[in-house]
Amino acid sequence: MSDVEKINVRIRVNGEAREALVEPRTLLVDFLRESLNLTGTHIGCDTTYCGACTVLLNGRTVKSCTLFAPMADGAEITTVEGLSTDGALHPVQNAFAECHGLQCGYCTPGLLLSTIYLLKKNPKPSDKEIRKAIAGNTCRCTGYQNILKAIRMAAGEMGKR
Amino acid sequence: MIAGGQSLIPLMKMRLARPTALIDINFIPGLSEIKNHNGEVRFGALARHSDIETSEHVAAIPILHDCAGGIADVQVRNLGTIGGSLAEADPSGDWATTLLTLETSLVCAGSQGERSVPLDEFFKDAYTTVLGREELVREVIVKKPAKNSGGAYLAFKRSACVYATGSAAVQLTLDAKDTCKDARIVLGCVGLTAIRAKEAEAELRGKIIDERTLARAAEAARVAAEPQSDMRGSAEYKRTLVAALVKRAIGIAVRRARGEHVEAGHEYVGR
Repeated sequence: MSDVEKINVRIRVNGEAREALVEPRTLLVDFLRESLNLTGTHIGCDTTYCGACTVLLNGRTVKSCTLFAPMADGAEITTVEGLSTDGALHPVQNAFAECHGLQCGYCTPGLLLSTIYLLKKNPKPSDKEIRKAIAGNTCRCTGYQNILKAIRMAAGEMGKR
Repeated sequence: MIAGGQSLIPLMKMRLARPTALIDINFIPGLSEIKNHNGEVRFGALARHSDIETSEHVAAIPILHDCAGGIADVQVRNLGTIGGSLAEADPSGDWATTLLTLETSLVCAGSQGERSVPLDEFFKDAYTTVLGREELVREVIVKKPAKNSGGAYLAFKRSACVYATGSAAVQLTLDAKDTCKDARIVLGCVGLTAIRAKEAEAELRGKIIDERTLARAAEAARVAAEPQSDMRGSAEYKRTLVAALVKRAIGIAVRRARGEHVEAGHEYVGR
């Protein structure tokens, strides 16, 4: 593939303009991790199943392993690195920590972004709505119960603000 | 050609598709619009499943909402497109099964100009359509069903992120005396393409839908299915599954035809 002409990809990640020259086949998750050194976004299954690589693309959750980086050219991306402000955790991060909504932490960046996307669209989700919203995020440690607790707590905390 | 890429990119990763070049059509403006015009809902090829799920124009056609709201998971619905799904023609895809119960046509555009293709003439085989090498789906046009018509799409899957094991779509019209004037029944995931179960439809047409007609239609659907045994289930299991889905979908379609609000769609463990 080395003779393939590279493409310059420019995106805004967590509010900052970034660009890099990459092969057209580069996946967005590899672009974030390898070109921009933002390793908070994880590669779990690499088959569009597990959701560990979930990021916000122009405000919507997508699996960054299932998007070529050039397709995101000009887009606004939010990764887990962009959630805290001045060292203070985002309320969703806080709720996951408080409720033990994680054990190994591998799926957590994706679940945090799926939660933020859910609560932006639906600030008071029912349990059924929460389950549907995180159906694209696989966790192999927690059994999900503490994740549900965390999302309920985050919804409550963010509702107060 | 790449639209949402939610099937094509996984296929490329598994080396089941090896395109030497890809044209990204996502930057073409106006291709994702959903319009309501003259008794038709028109979907640009790039309309995302999630846009369709929340579109006000789809609210009047519940079967479209059933389908759009449960395809894969949130992240995939945010990128996957109706045009891409139809053009890929996966035997387990959701849109073909759903849209074949309605009057649907596709506007296909290519170097030779545009042509309109009725959806029931679009699929030739698994992963094969009548699209030429230089052609793409530009628009999906769905005629709005009559007022006393109701439909439902049910798909059973093992988890959110996978293709369904079996699915059934039903759209039927009742007359003032609750007799079934017309019905279309389509089965998904149980053949090389979606299967129109015409014998099952005939069991409903001109009849009052009761337990007996339901059972006869379900049995006709069971016979019409052409499933293969695979990791999702045995052929016999899938026959039984689609028959049960048809039976339930008819029930929901009837209630909706009478104006009742009923939730339906994809079903999987944990939902």
